[in-house]
Amino acid sequence: MTNGAALHSLTHIETAWPDAIFRQFRRVGIRQVGYVPDAGHSRLIALCQADPDIADVVLTTEEEGVGLVAGAALGGQRAALLMQSSGVGNCINMFSLLRNCGFACPLFVTMRGEFGEFNPWQVPMGSITADVLRLCGFLTYRIDNADDVDEIVGAGCDMAFDGNLQVAFLLSQRLIGRKQWTR
Amino acid sequence: MLDRRDFVRRLLIDRGDLVVVSGLGASTFDVAAAGDHPLNFYQWGAMGGTAMIGLGLALARPDRRVAVLTGDGDMLMGIGSLATIGVKQPKNLAIVVLDNAHYGETGMQESHTKSGIDLPAMALACRFNHARNVSRIEEAAAVRALLHDGEGPILVSARIKEEDVPRVLPLRDGHAIKGRFIAALNSA
Repeated sequence: MTNGAALHSLTHIETAWPDAIFRQFRRVGIRQVGYVPDAGHSRLIALCQADPDIADVVLTTEEEGVGLVAGAALGGQRAALLMQSSGVGNCINMFSLLRNCGFACPLFVTMRGEFGEFNPWQVPMGSITADVLRLCGFLTYRIDNADDVDEIVGAGCDMAFDGNLQVAFLLSQRLIGRKQWTR
Repeated sequence: MLDRRDFVRRLLIDRGDLVVVSGLGASTFDVAAAGDHPLNFYQWGAMGGTAMIGLGLALARPDRRVAVLTGDGDMLMGIGSLATIGVKQPKNLAIVVLDNAHYGETGMQESHTKSGIDLPAMALACRFNHARNVSRIEEAAAVRALLHDGEGPILVSARIKEEDVPRVLPLRDGHAIKGRFIAALNSA
């Protein structure tokens, strides 16, 4: 959970995609955001923490966030989840709650284990993340370019909340940047 | 040791607008046996998630009291939730663990609490405002008062008897449970 983004000044692309997601959170009225700390999501997490209209909920494990989304919806609030691809595997049985009851769930997954991944231990889960999400009933959209984030996230969030659907956005390693392993 | 049905019935007497989330298995059946109510969110699965559903609800509706009634197995599976709840400090959330120290739905194998693993101590270490054990039926009224008026987050471990009681099966259709719940919450 090192804050890689804070180690150097941010480029346009590094701020463009989280800022675009955050604007969509504001537009659709996200009020709760559950997350496990993650370098790729660090800017989006900070934006949510700074917003008094959003309850940011730091989780010990990703499946807690699935319960959070369900509880928020029961209470009339919209919620979103942020996690790394490895966290998707932690959620599989808990995702059944979303399908059994029809809870809208936008899920933002920073991808590891692809495109120049340095750490082979990330590859087994990263390489099956999209398939796992589809099997769990998520509509799954992969995003490779920062310029596409606003449109795809906006359309996907509308589908999630208009139809009580589960929608995952896979933020590819090309978009978020390879993890830098400097010694 | 408590009779689980009698204890839960006493907790939910004159419940007013109390919101209840019940954990899969026997806890859901206990809540149903106390009287079906649209403000019951019954779970039949998603083991380990009950406390977090309570947190999401409590954050969304700070004007309402949220009670989580679940078993020791469900609480243990989601034990990290205690830390997550402790960070957020919801004043309107109380968790009652119906603790028989066994996995009743799967053949009464011993759970961790049977070996003395102490859930209220864990809750206090996670900055819960109040946590206690209860084992006498006379304490039910005090626990009921905590659900309605106590400053959360609260965890009560209720030591119930290791007995099989008849199942009381409420709604199973998740969409129906959710829709009924939301309609009732918005109208009350």
